Formats: sequence, structure tokens, C-alpha cells
Amino acid sequence: MSELPPHSTSRIAVRCHGLTKTFGAGATAFQALRGVDLEVRTGELLMLVGPSGCGKTTLISIIAGVLRRDGGECTVFDQDYLSMTEQEITRFRGSHTGFVFQAFNLIPTLTASENVSAPLVINGMNRRAAVAQAREMLRRVGFDERMLESSPVDLSGGQQQRVAIARALVHQPDIIVCDEPTSALDSETGRKVMQIMRELALASNRALIVVTHDARIFDFADRIAHMEDGRITGIEIPQKNAAAS
Amino acid sequence: MYYYALKMLIGDRAKYIGIIIGLTFASLLITQQSAIFAGVMARTFSFLTDVSMPDIWVVDPQVQYIDDIKPLQATKVLQVRGVTGVEWAVPLYKGSLRARLDNGTFQTCIAIGLDDETLIGGPPRMLVGQLSDLRRSDGVIVDQAGAEGKLARRAPDGSRIPLKVGDSLELNDHRVYVVGICQVTATFQANPVIYTTYSRATTFAPQERKLLSFVIAKASAGEDTEAVCQRIQEATHLRAYTPSKFKTLTFYYYLKYTGMPINFLTAVALGFIVGITISGQTFYNFTLDNLRYFGTLKAMGTTNRTLLKMILLQALIVGAIGYGLGVGLASAWGGLLSGRTQIAFLLPWQLLLISAVAIMFICLSAAALSIRKVMKLEPAVVFRS
Ligand SMILES: Nc1ncnc2c1ncn2[C@@H]1O[C@H](COP(=O)(O)OP(=O)(O)O)[C@@H](O)[C@H]1O
Ligand SMILES: [Mg+2]
Repeated sequence: MSELPPHSTSRIAVRCHGLTKTFGAGATAFQALRGVDLEVRTGELLMLVGPSGCGKTTLISIIAGVLRRDGGECTVFDQDYLSMTEQEITRFRGSHTGFVFQAFNLIPTLTASENVSAPLVINGMNRRAAVAQAREMLRRVGFDERMLESSPVDLSGGQQQRVAIARALVHQPDIIVCDEPTSALDSETGRKVMQIMRELALASNRALIVVTHDARIFDFADRIAHMEDGRITGIEIPQKNAAAS
Repeated sequence: MYYYALKMLIGDRAKYIGIIIGLTFASLLITQQSAIFAGVMARTFSFLTDVSMPDIWVVDPQVQYIDDIKPLQATKVLQVRGVTGVEWAVPLYKGSLRARLDNGTFQTCIAIGLDDETLIGGPPRMLVGQLSDLRRSDGVIVDQAGAEGKLARRAPDGSRIPLKVGDSLELNDHRVYVVGICQVTATFQANPVIYTTYSRATTFAPQERKLLSFVIAKASAGEDTEAVCQRIQEATHLRAYTPSKFKTLTFYYYLKYTGMPINFLTAVALGFIVGITISGQTFYNFTLDNLRYFGTLKAMGTTNRTLLKMILLQALIVGAIGYGLGVGLASAWGGLLSGRTQIAFLLPWQLLLISAVAIMFICLSAAALSIRKVMKLEPAVVFRS
């Protein structure tokens, strides 16, 4: 798992070229992306790092299909969102994309297993089967039986983020986007969460994009894309890959 | 997803209960007030409901409602009988009489005098005795509520002894004997009702030139009642109404000249405002509180159409519960009070439907705001904290 997967099984998941995005119009217009060139392959964990406000969230929003780009090219598994209807994009996200958020975004009135089952139910699975599968996924991220039905409000931050990872994984998406997944956690918990991510989420047919400015987890990346001022300024392969240690 | 939509709603215990209380209160207020209004309005024409045989009522053209009695000349009965298409026509007396009770006090009663020969216009239901017993000399039939209430005697210990068959009463200085007890639809004034024959009633009545209150008639089989009414009006220069027209006339009179409709509309409007402000507002706040989660569901692939159905379901569930509780409380209140008091309370299915529509309207307008908000929500917000 330490090296890049062999090219025979790895394919291009995301391809961006000259990607631009401007917020607002006229005098208050702000160009958040100024021509992003980036390729992400399946089987790799790509980290997107850079100072606050440089456009990381904007970029993964466009890649995840929750925000429309203005110009340039961007394909995700050879699909171009601009040629799809809103409904098609929503369905594409439902079956192909997993999300992990800084603030977890677990629905507080649902149990852990119900939260994890949501992507399956959204894709049309009946609730019973979905919850059973969700429970299995939760066990894999280290939940014991009595935690499966607990409410997110009774869980620690690290536990909540593990629920969120299970939720992002349960429907076997092709791409998972994570925005600052460890920022709300202490460093030890953050490393544990990243470890689970590498162990469970990384697969030869899946791409992982993790936005972070948390230098303590850089070693979990296969590649690190540095971003500044709306552009990718360089790609780096970290010296010591944590998965190898 | 619908199960999760409900769990989201019910899980927010405080808001959920708040919304339901608001809707319950609104539906209680709307249902109860309309039922009282309907009950009071039905009483205004209860006499028309009870006297069911005639299909034509002939009255003075100035009459504005059923109790607005303007006596006619006795000969008008014969005139009506002479109109083609009239099968029969009989006189009917209705007026007030003072009954002197044993203890010397007086009680105002409604006296109804029925045509001596046919006794048409009698009470809808006899409880003791028969209508034909009125033919016995000085016989009267008293309604049960009156017999057990305002006309009852007082025992030495203060308890009430109901008036019964064989007892006597004094009506305007005429001694009469109770020959039967009947049941009538509750009246507006809630005074005892005394039935007797037309000729006897007119002798009890204060001496006036004209004593005929109504001519009641029936159109011959196959005749168009409206056309017969028209002919009666031309022949007698009086006004002839079908029972439903006469009810409508009475209903609109009360609507126009009493404060009841304003009272009623105020209460219903209050129910609406309470419903919209408490429940609508709380429901919208619930949606706003959960906007982040609706956004997350949207990002994870929930379509707008599904989100719309989820919110509608949430609104309809609280609506159904609030409506059920409100209507239940209203009927319980009505049942409890109408068993013990003379309160006017009428809850026909039409009213249940009206309050259902009102509650539905409140819920759907609340849901509409929430739906708009969620439909317009950009899924990109999920990455913004
Ligand atoms: N919806 C928006 N409207 C206007 N400006 C925005 C919006 N979203 C982001 N921006 C701006 O775009 C820039 C990039 O934001 P973002 O992608 O969130 O940066 P990062 O995630 O790297 O901190 C910031 O200057 C931010 O203020
Ligand atoms: Mg960001």
C-alpha cells in the first residue's frame, strides 16, 4: 500500500485544466480560482494544502459537484458537470461521491447507524438493509455494539468523525472529498482518523482528496498539491509516507 | 428518507411539541367556535326543523325571520287552500304565553297551536302520551326540557319534581292539564314549549284582532313547490317560502343583525393567527435549524423532489396530529357540556372538513416557506462552517 498503485489498475479520477471560479459580480467580484491544473488518480490520497482563503474548499466543491465552475475544464471520471442537469448531478453525487466535513454534519436526531445508512437509503436501498450494512461499516471503523445506536451528541469528536467516514464509505463511492477532516480534533485523534481513512477508504478504484492545513498529517498523503492564490503552485511527494511506517 | 424526516422532526422535542400545541389550539378554537356558531344558528330555525310536514310557509311580507311573527287574517287559510296545486293548508299559531307555576311565579313559554282537525305541526317526537291526546279538553303537551327544568315544581327539600302527565298549569288564567311529554329541537330562547290546539291557543292568547301566525301548506304531488309558492303570493299578497328558503332568511337575519358572526369570525381568525404564528413560525425555525442537515442530505444526493416530500410529510404529520387533538378536545368539550347544559353545539361533518382545510392551509403555508428555503439551498454550503 505504500507505493503508488501500479498504473494498470490506476486510472484518472479527476482532471482539471485552467479551472476558474469567480464569486460575485462587478466591483465586489472575487476570483477564487485562477486557472487550476490538477490530476487525481484512483488509488491515491491527494492532499490539498495552502493558506486559508487560497481556494481549497472552492476547488473540492467544484470537483464534488456541489458548485458550478465558470471556466476551464473539469471532468470527474470523464463526466463533465456542465453538460449535466441539476438532477443528474445530484444523482451522480449520490452514487459516486463521499463527503467528510470539518464539522462532521451528522444529523443529531438520528443514531450513528441511521446516519451512516443515509447514502444507501438515498440510493434507493430499503432502510432495514441499509442500517444493517451501516452497522457493519461502523464496526469496521472500530465501533462496538453498544455505540452503534448512540446519538451523535453522545460521541466524542473523533468518534463522530469515524461515523462520518463510515457514512462517506458505505455506498462504495468512486471519490471521497474531505474538507479539513482533522481540524476539529486533537492531533492524536486526528492521526487516528487519517489512519482509518487510509486503511479503509483507500482502494485501487477510488480517489481520495483531503483538504487540510494540518501539517501533522501531511505524511498520510501519497501526493501533496500546494495551492496559493487560486492556483496549484506545486506537487510534492512526501518523504516518509505514514502508511509505510 | 421519510422515516428519517419524521425522526428529525420528532427528535427536536421542544419544537415538535410547540408546533403541535399551536396547531391543536388553532384547530380547537376553530372547531369549537364554529360548532357553537352552527349550534346557535340551527336553533334560530329549530321550529322549522321540527315542523317537517309542510313544504310551504305562508307569512306576512314584512316577516324577516321565523320568530318575527306578524299575525294574518284568519281567512288567509281559505285563500291559500283555494290556490291550484295546494294539497292542503292549515293554520299554525305560535306565540308567547305566561305560565303561572304552583309557587306563584311566572314563566314565559312558547305556545304552539296546531290545527284542531289534523294536528299538523306537532312535535317531532313524543316521549309520553300521544299527539291525539291534545283533543282531550284542556290538554297540552309540554317539552321534556321545560318539564324537567323551568316548569318543574320544587320539593320542600329544594329538589326538582318534573312536570308529568296529569299535572295542571295555569296559562294566562286558563287551567290546562298535561297530557303528554315531547322532545323538541332546542330553541334559541330556551323557553319551555307548550303544544295545544289552534282554537285553544287562540283563547289563551291575549285578545288581539289577528291571531294566525302561519299558514302551512303542502303542494300536491307532482307540483313544483316554487311555482305553487309563486301562485300563493299572487293570490294572497303574502309571502310563501319553502322551508329551506325560510331557514336561509332566518339565518341571514341573525347573521346581519346580531353580533354572533363577528364573534365567531374573530375567534376563527384568532385560531388562524395563533396557528400561523406559533406553529408556522416554529416549523420554519425547525427547518432553519436543520438547514445544515438538509444541505448535507442534498450534497449526498437527495433530490429536491425528495426533500420537498420530506418537508411536506413533516408538515402533514404535525397537521394531522394537531387537527386530531384539537377536534377531539372540541368534541369532548361539546359532549361534556351539552350533556349537562343547554349549550348550543353542533358539529356536522362539514365543520370537521372546514377545520381540516383550515389546519391544512396553515401547515402548507408553513411548509411552503420551508420548502422554498431548502429548494434554493446551495449544496456548497455544506463546506462552509
Ligand atoms: N460563496 C462565496 N461568495 C463570495 N466569496 C467566496 C465564497 N466562497 C468563498 N469565497 C472566497 O473565495 C476565497 C476562497 O475561499 P475558500 O475556497 O473557502 O478557501 P480555503 O478553503 O482555501 O480557505 C476566499 O477569499 C473566500 O472569501
Ligand atoms: Mg476551506
